[in-house]
Amino acid sequence: MRKCEVTGVKKLTLSATAKDRYTTYGLVVLIAVAVQLFVSYGNASNSFKGLLVPTCVYVLAALSLNLVVGVSGELSLGQAGFMCIGAYVGATFSVITAESIASDAVRFTIAILLGGIVAGVFGFLIGIPVLRLRGDYLAIVTLAFGEIIKSVCGNLYLSADKNGLFVALDVKAKSAHAFDAATKVDYVNGALGINGIPRTSNIRVNEWAFVICMAVILIAVIVMLNFIDSKQGRAVMAARDNRIAAEAMGVNVTRSKMTAFVMSAFFAGVAGVLYAHNYNVLDTSNFDYNQSILILVFVVLGGMTKMRSVMISTIILYVLPEALRGLNKWRMLIYAIVLIAMMLINNSVAIKKLVEKIQAKFAKGAENKEGGAA
Amino acid sequence: MAILETKDLSIQFGGLKAVDHLNLTIEKGQLYGLIGPNGAGKTTVFNMLTGVYQPTGGTIHLDGICINGKNPVEINKLGIARTFQNIRLFGKMSVIDNVKVGFGNSIKCSLFESFFHVGRYKKNEKEVTAKALELLKVFDLDGEANTLASNLPYGKQRKLEIARAMATNPKLLLLDEPAAGMNPHETAELMQTIRFVRDNFDMTVLLIEHDMKLVGGICEQVTVLNFGQELAKGETSEVLNDPRVITAYIGEDE
Repeated sequence: MRKCEVTGVKKLTLSATAKDRYTTYGLVVLIAVAVQLFVSYGNASNSFKGLLVPTCVYVLAALSLNLVVGVSGELSLGQAGFMCIGAYVGATFSVITAESIASDAVRFTIAILLGGIVAGVFGFLIGIPVLRLRGDYLAIVTLAFGEIIKSVCGNLYLSADKNGLFVALDVKAKSAHAFDAATKVDYVNGALGINGIPRTSNIRVNEWAFVICMAVILIAVIVMLNFIDSKQGRAVMAARDNRIAAEAMGVNVTRSKMTAFVMSAFFAGVAGVLYAHNYNVLDTSNFDYNQSILILVFVVLGGMTKMRSVMISTIILYVLPEALRGLNKWRMLIYAIVLIAMMLINNSVAIKKLVEKIQAKFAKGAENKEGGAA
Repeated sequence: MAILETKDLSIQFGGLKAVDHLNLTIEKGQLYGLIGPNGAGKTTVFNMLTGVYQPTGGTIHLDGICINGKNPVEINKLGIARTFQNIRLFGKMSVIDNVKVGFGNSIKCSLFESFFHVGRYKKNEKEVTAKALELLKVFDLDGEANTLASNLPYGKQRKLEIARAMATNPKLLLLDEPAAGMNPHETAELMQTIRFVRDNFDMTVLLIEHDMKLVGGICEQVTVLNFGQELAKGETSEVLNDPRVITAYIGEDE
């Protein structure tokens, strides 16, 4: 009907999303390489090294939450609960198999997958009732589920003797149980948590810890961005932007939201596994709702759209209070100011316009280059 | 056989009969108009046809299949797609992605393939991008494929809604006031496009419209609703000159 060179437009379409994706991958690789070089050859302080793995944990947790909050448009306050599941499953697995699986790499990989999958399964089970709700109700119920998970994990007893595994949610049941004292091993010990996560699988002592964590993040980002650029991902975003129209276009809204929710739980579980393997002892005190809120803050101030900006915002907001420790009493004040500033910047029309202008300039430059090459 | 047939279609909200015993018969390939004054129940009819509301009485048959009690997703898969009176685009997605959502159910791609962009993914995505651009070209939107849908001007948003609905490959296309807010020039262009779509995409179109120039220009048959009841139906030119219809629209001569 109308004349227009379709092929030219198509090329542009493909390259626009692909370019954006590769920028994000590049950023992850760049950070990994730069920081690892600094750790290996520079004189990184111990507190700096200590920050590396937790930062990765929070980046992954924030990315996973962004699947629910940013991509799927639902407010979830239970992310720490899924981290808790991942951490407990991963750590328990590592403790149990400390001797039976000789290779640290194999044990750690299985722990990551197992932690993620169990968290994903719980995400599915919790998603069945939760995703029937919308808006504030969904937020409150996810908050409640997060607390329930934390509470259950905090009262979980898992021991073994030669007669097999013993699981209880009550210390009395455990003390009433007749163990074979000679072969008894405690894996999970109620409020005391998990003790003796094997040193060899502890990533903190590994000098490549940061690169390992960043590799996990890179895989996560690739899967997430691939998902967003697929039929299923588009369905999730369509349901976010307009539920009624999405249904009228044949999008199964419940299934789409569930997919995003389970993916989110999976990656939060993986973040939990990384978290657990950074310490010798694990308990539930760090998985309360404050943690969920903290992760939500990272996501919201990251703009809730691009995975890249969520990542950057998490790094800034997590590292900043630690980096400011020297400033002592001014620390939280500065942190608060940064939070407010980021919020204002995110919503400022002037800055948005400026960014658009810069982006347009870059796009033009790239076009000229392409034209020149052709 | 008629592509759409409703028999005594009715819906009641409390004591209010929003639509009362409506009989519509639309033949394959027709351009059919549903008109009537504000509040006559036209959009309610659309909502029943697409499963948003469940009728309290009567039946709806699409191509011989009864679609009563089916939900919007099932009905869309059976072949009805619609646009909305108050535009409902996926605002934070690009124009081309809006259309690709419509193509979603025609893409066969497992979640695993989508996660790692392997297997059928690449081929499917290439195909769907080409098809989406082709469709956008019909509506003269291909130049703005990467614009966010919410950043489009109003007239183009309306067109994008039609393009998105067509991407689901429907047998019957429901257009809810497609020309609302358009200037006469845009309306004229839209009329051409609707006719082009019907002729080239093997589609039947049912549209609600207040712009009588558009209705008179492209609809072959119309049904007039007034207070939920059928006031008149038949050939467009006859119905539009029916004194009862004129009275319903502009009131009685004093």
